[in-house]
Amino acid sequence: MSAVVGKADSAQRVLSLYRQLLRQGNQFAAYNFREYAKRRTRDAFHENKGVEDPRRIQELLQKGLKELQMLKRQTVISQFYQQDRLVVEGGLSGKDTGSQGGTVRQKDTG
Amino acid sequence: MANIAPSVLRQASRLASKSAISSVSRSGARSLSRVAIQSNVPATRTYVTQSRPDNAQVQAETAIRLDKKEFEKAGLTVSGQDGSSGHVSPMADVLSQATMMDEGQRPIYLDMQATTPLDPRVLDAMLPFYTGVYGNPHSRTHAYGWESEKAVEDARQHIADLIGADPKEIIFTSGATESNNMSIKGVARFFGRSGKKKHIITSQTEHKCVLDSCRHLQDEGFEVTYLPVQSNGLIDLKLLEESIRPDTVLISIMAVNNEIGVIQPLAEIGKLCRAKKVFFHTDAAQAVGKLSLDVNEMNIDLMSISSHKIYGPKGIGACFVRRRPRVRLDPIISGGGQERGLRSGTLAPALVVGFGEACRIAKEEMEYDSKRIKFLSDRLLNGLLSMEHTQQNGDHEHFYPGCVNVSFAYVEGESLLMALKDIALSSGSACTSASLEPSYVLRALGNSDESAHSSIRFGIGRFTTEQEIDYVLKAVTQRVGFLRELSPLWELVQEGVDLNTIEWSQH
Repeated sequence: MSAVVGKADSAQRVLSLYRQLLRQGNQFAAYNFREYAKRRTRDAFHENKGVEDPRRIQELLQKGLKELQMLKRQTVISQFYQQDRLVVEGGLSGKDTGSQGGTVRQKDTG
Repeated sequence: MANIAPSVLRQASRLASKSAISSVSRSGARSLSRVAIQSNVPATRTYVTQSRPDNAQVQAETAIRLDKKEFEKAGLTVSGQDGSSGHVSPMADVLSQATMMDEGQRPIYLDMQATTPLDPRVLDAMLPFYTGVYGNPHSRTHAYGWESEKAVEDARQHIADLIGADPKEIIFTSGATESNNMSIKGVARFFGRSGKKKHIITSQTEHKCVLDSCRHLQDEGFEVTYLPVQSNGLIDLKLLEESIRPDTVLISIMAVNNEIGVIQPLAEIGKLCRAKKVFFHTDAAQAVGKLSLDVNEMNIDLMSISSHKIYGPKGIGACFVRRRPRVRLDPIISGGGQERGLRSGTLAPALVVGFGEACRIAKEEMEYDSKRIKFLSDRLLNGLLSMEHTQQNGDHEHFYPGCVNVSFAYVEGESLLMALKDIALSSGSACTSASLEPSYVLRALGNSDESAHSSIRFGIGRFTTEQEIDYVLKAVTQRVGFLRELSPLWELVQEGVDLNTIEWSQH
């Protein structure tokens, strides 16, 4: 019984971590880093979808938490030193409607 | 009158290509424009009509603008910006300004062979050493020194792990150029002293710093053989073996070429060198962290590594110097005896730590990154090669997929680069990008001047996205088409004239 509860508990923690990583990664002001963070998070979780060993799950969770800390620091730095946007951002028109990551951008720091 | 004709033709053809209709109606439009010209211009149009320089120039700015308009016309996320602000609030103007700047102007970065962006994970590892931990790693007397030293030694371990070496064999330098200089000049001078070993072998497609080091040694009385490469960029192993003489001291062959991405057969060369008792140096700046390398399996004696090609900080590199059997060098920089006395000078802990972290990540992510880069590279290469009269330079099998070098016939490479201002590209190595000389690497492959001039290198890396590749494909296709429409040579080719048969009149 406790094993089942533990499993459900860890599943929830994994999901929560996944969501946090995605959300934090989306805060990168630099387009390439933002896309990479989202893609890498998604791929890493998909890759380890089938992991059953609880110890391995713990290891991966710890790693994910470390990455999350790093993301929190680096996204802030990224927002301090913003560059102009890339020509591909915000669809092919080059305009961003501000829904995805566009909100963090306020002015051109040149 | 004579210069109206080309412009009319140009406009007509631009219209035809802009409307992007099928080739049937396109050829119809072209013939229509030709009729119009013939009715205007009484003189017959010959193949040697002069083209004024300002006619031949590409209006890159307008080209891009037009392009963007067209993208918008395609109905992709057009948001009405004007007229919405009115006089609602004083902030409205400011906000509209802010969103105006959201329009992207920064080019896409596709020059990963020149340098790569710093990975945020690497920066995260470096920052403590720019803020709190500032000890000199060579200070043995206090804790500040110890913590820096510990970090430096950890980084050294990561680098050694990446290439299968022992951490004691890693010498930190300022970059791959210094490593190359150190290896080539160091070995040659140390063993040249006795006067018996006076011969060095390298290849014609090496990086400039290797070639220049060798040229410098020639002035000091060494003999250097510059091996030619085959037309696919690979060196001929048989020729290499024949070139080895009893007095050969060093063979320097790069692992991955920086312009065409060709991977040389390091293991075979290493075996040959070991059998002939010649030192083997390889410039692996473009290979480390992207291919799996093992210095012991490949019998490499000296290897140059650069940090900023693997998403690390600029200003640092390393040189692998084998200890068993020992490779002895004459150091270029003498001083306090740091780094086994081979490269004196205080290390920069922040850079070293960043370099180490970059190596650790590269090792961890190698499989994922390679798969990803292969996927993007295939997409780009298939798209580019599906255009007519394009060809890939270098070997089609043995090349690093992150470096795609393609020749676009009948287009001038530099003018294409100008037309592709929204994409950061290069026609060759960054060191030679200031000159308009055709690339010596492509010339060494036996390409003609024209072909070497019309080549462009696309570098794909960890942070390149699919969206960017699609944008690049679309932009390149359009602009190459546009430039070819301007070219009188292209017109001839379309008419089925073989350019080699034309006797150009001398002016």
